[in-house]
Order: sequence, then C-alpha cells, then structure tokens
Amino acid sequence: MTPPALFASGDAERIVPPTGTTAYLTTIAAAAMAFLAVFALALLFTTADVARTWSEDLAQTATIRISAPAEQVDAQVAAVLSILDQTPGIAEARALSPEEQQALITPWFGPDLPLDTLPIPQLVEVRQDARGVDAEGLRLRLRAEVPGAIYDDHTRWREPLIEAADRIRGFGWVSLALIGGTMGIIVSLAASAALAANGPVIDVLRLIGARDGFVANAFIRRFTLRAMSGAAVGTAVAMIVILIWPSGDAAGFLGSFGFRGVEWAVPLTIPILAAAVAYLATGIAARRRLREIR
Amino acid sequence: MIELSGVSYSYGERRLFADVSLHLAPGSFYFLTGPSGTGKTTLLKLCNLELSPEIGQIRVFGQDTAEFDRNAIADVRQRIGFVHQDCQFIDHLSIEDNVALPLRVSAQKPAHEGDDLRQLLAWVGLAHHAAALPPQLSGGERQRAALARAVVMAPEVILADEPTGNIDWEMSTRVLTLLIELNRTGKTVLVATHDLHLIRQAKAQVQARVLRIRDGQLQLAGSDL
Repeated sequence: MTPPALFASGDAERIVPPTGTTAYLTTIAAAAMAFLAVFALALLFTTADVARTWSEDLAQTATIRISAPAEQVDAQVAAVLSILDQTPGIAEARALSPEEQQALITPWFGPDLPLDTLPIPQLVEVRQDARGVDAEGLRLRLRAEVPGAIYDDHTRWREPLIEAADRIRGFGWVSLALIGGTMGIIVSLAASAALAANGPVIDVLRLIGARDGFVANAFIRRFTLRAMSGAAVGTAVAMIVILIWPSGDAAGFLGSFGFRGVEWAVPLTIPILAAAVAYLATGIAARRRLREIR
Repeated sequence: MIELSGVSYSYGERRLFADVSLHLAPGSFYFLTGPSGTGKTTLLKLCNLELSPEIGQIRVFGQDTAEFDRNAIADVRQRIGFVHQDCQFIDHLSIEDNVALPLRVSAQKPAHEGDDLRQLLAWVGLAHHAAALPPQLSGGERQRAALARAVVMAPEVILADEPTGNIDWEMSTRVLTLLIELNRTGKTVLVATHDLHLIRQAKAQVQARVLRIRDGQLQLAGSDL
C-alpha cells in the first residue's frame, strides 16, 4: 500500500493551497527590487572609486600661480622653482609652456585667443612625493620671497568633490535600505494576503494540534523561495546589463560605472539577502496572524 | 483527564455559565445536553483549550492549563480528538490527507501509517472515499471522516460537538456506534448534543452519564430526560 499523497510528497507546503497572483507578485517584485539593488550597489562602488581617484590625483598635485609684469615673469618663475627645489616633499616642479596654458583655457575661450597679449598668470605645476608638502610653510616663504606667487593645493576643489562623492555614496546606501525595506513590505503584504486567504486552513491546523512554527513554516518557506528566485533573476539581468554597459574614457563618469574584480561577487549576495528579508517579513506576518487565534 | 473547577465564561455582557465544575474520568462516556445557546460548544472549546476561562481552573492530563504556552496547547490538542460540528476540513486536500493531518503536524513518522489510515477509513465506512475532497461528501460522511481524523492520533479523550446534528437517523446511529466502540477501547468520550433520542439509544448500549447546562449551571441529568 502506498502512503497518503500528502506524505509521499514530503512537503508541508501542500497543506497550504497555492495563492494565485500573490505568488507571481512576490517573485516579480523581488526581481525588480534586486535589479534596482544591483544598480544602487554599482553606484556605490563607482562613486567610491571615482572619489578615491579624484582625491588621490588632486592630493598629489598643486599649482603655483605667478602674476607679475611680463618682464619679471621669468625671474619669478626661476625664484619659485628654486624655492621648490629646496622644499622637502616636492617630487617634481615645472613651469607650463605657453601651449599647455593655451590648452587649459581653450575650452572656455576657444583656440584663437592671443595668449601673449593677455595678462594670463604663469602656472607652475607641482607634483608631491609620498612625504607631502608643508603647504603653510611653503605659502609663507613664497609670500616673503615671490609676492606674486600663490600656492594652490586644490583643497577648495578637492573637498567639494569628496563631499559630493560622499553624498552620492550616502544616496546609494539610502537607496539600498529603501529597496530592502520596500521588498520587506511587499513580501509582508503578499504573505499577509496569503495568510488571510488561508485563514480557515490555519484555524484547522491549530485546532488539530499544529504548533505555530509548523504553520508559519509552510508560508515562510514558500515566500522565501519566491523572493529568492525572483531576486536571483533580477540580479542576473542587472549584472548582464552592467557587464555590457559602455565603458572607456569616451563615456566619462558613466564609463567607469559598474564593478571591478571581486566587487562582482557582492551582487551575488542580493538573492540571499532577499531571502532573509522574505523569511523575516513572512515570519512576522504569520506570527501576527497566529496570535489572533488560540 | 480533563477537569474544570469553578469555571465561568461570558460572551460580552452575557454570562453563559458560572462556577462550572466537571471531571472527565478515564474511560467514561458523557453526554452534554441542553437547549441551543446554553454553552455546550463553549464548554467543549474550553476543554480543547480553544477558549480560556474568565474565572476558574482547567486541568488537562494533570496539568494546569493556565501555565500553558502556545506550544503546550498544541501538544495537548494532539492528545484530544475533537469532532467539530462543522467538521473543519481543508477542502483542497483529500479525505485521506485530511484524516492524516494530525499525524503530519505532530511530525510523527507517517511511512507505516498508510495501511492504518486505510483501516481507519474502512472502520468509518469511507475506504472508497479516500481520494474524495470534503465538499464531495455528504454530511454524514463528513462527520465520520471528522471522527476518523479525531482518533488518528490515538487520543485519550474524544470531544464531539453535535456529531449527528445535520445527518439522518441511520447515519447518526452509525456515528454513535463508532463513538461507543471507541469508548469500549478505553477512550474518554464527551458528546455535546441536543438529540435526546440519540442519548436514550446510547444509554441502552453503554454506561453514559448525561450532563445538562441549565440556567448557567452544569447539572447531572436524571430520569427527567
């Protein structure tokens, strides 16, 4: 004799009937949320990477601007280079050529600007070594010996960039939290709907001696699997989209958008996190429903 | 087995009964009777821990139920077979699966239960309806299936709430016969019914006491039935 079909399946879930559209809604919502979460993660990694690159590049360079009458420029440049040569922490210092200065202002004034007729300050590019420069000391010395020279270590450029990158990163974290929370709410609503639709089943199970854990698990398992499978699909699609995302210098900031190296492993945790969120949300919803009966 | 001491219960402002005491001795057979709305079902639900008393104490299998948590309540229900008036089936599961449900929720190994289940269904005359869904059965068949489910865990106590309430005389007799057979195997049986013919028929076959709820009190009924 064969045992009853219910036992042959070995699946407590069969006790709870399929819940129709809520099943698909949970899976689709999990897929959409995972898709967004992957992009939020990519945004986080990209902004962190860009902020680090900008910060490091700007931190290692400085500019000295020399504003002086044309006949004194060469002497002041020589004086500045001499001071820099004696300053600890300077790896390299050189005066920009007229062509390089022209190239710098071309984006604003066009290529035909007669640079030699304009009082454009002479720029000296400074590259620091690993020790770094005592910026305040260098400023004082320049002020004393070359009054027309102003040392600019890019602090006022660097700080807003870092701040902006931090804000974008914060936005990424908030987005991730909102996505996780929204998924929890969606799963919780779907689970609550399923629990409400199966109220009579839950009542019968309790009446015949089912513990709360048994009843809750039938729903928890179902919604956890749905959320995990949906999130796996959403994650996979998003990773493929990011993989084929246009890259390279021509694409600018967006060209570096995505994951590098081991960062690709991080989105793979999203289905697991989605399952954890669904597990918790369904468990809470199930226990809330069970508390309504004795 | 089950002991109620000084139990009172109300629905809102309406006091259903007060200071009720009851002791279900092992192997005994009781009928609980009284007009509709006097609290027969409520008393059975108190015994099955579906309700908790406002005042008084309920002891089940020697333990004070006031100390029970939800798991303890579930575990006690596995030792009590309850036949609800409306049977309480899960409609998308077959009769066989419904009857086997208590085994499933108690995590007992079901593999060897296949034959036992079929014997159980045969005992209540439903072997040929094992694969049927509950809505496909008649009222009497559903009551017998509910009785099969109530005894599948080999409980020590059977509580039956109007088990013959909506079925014809012949079917009622069959259900009563099953309950008497259970009692003869040592089970304690408490049947709530307003069917005095059924009680008289049972008393002819088994030593049964009849309890009556009247004016909010539980009394032992005598020859005035």
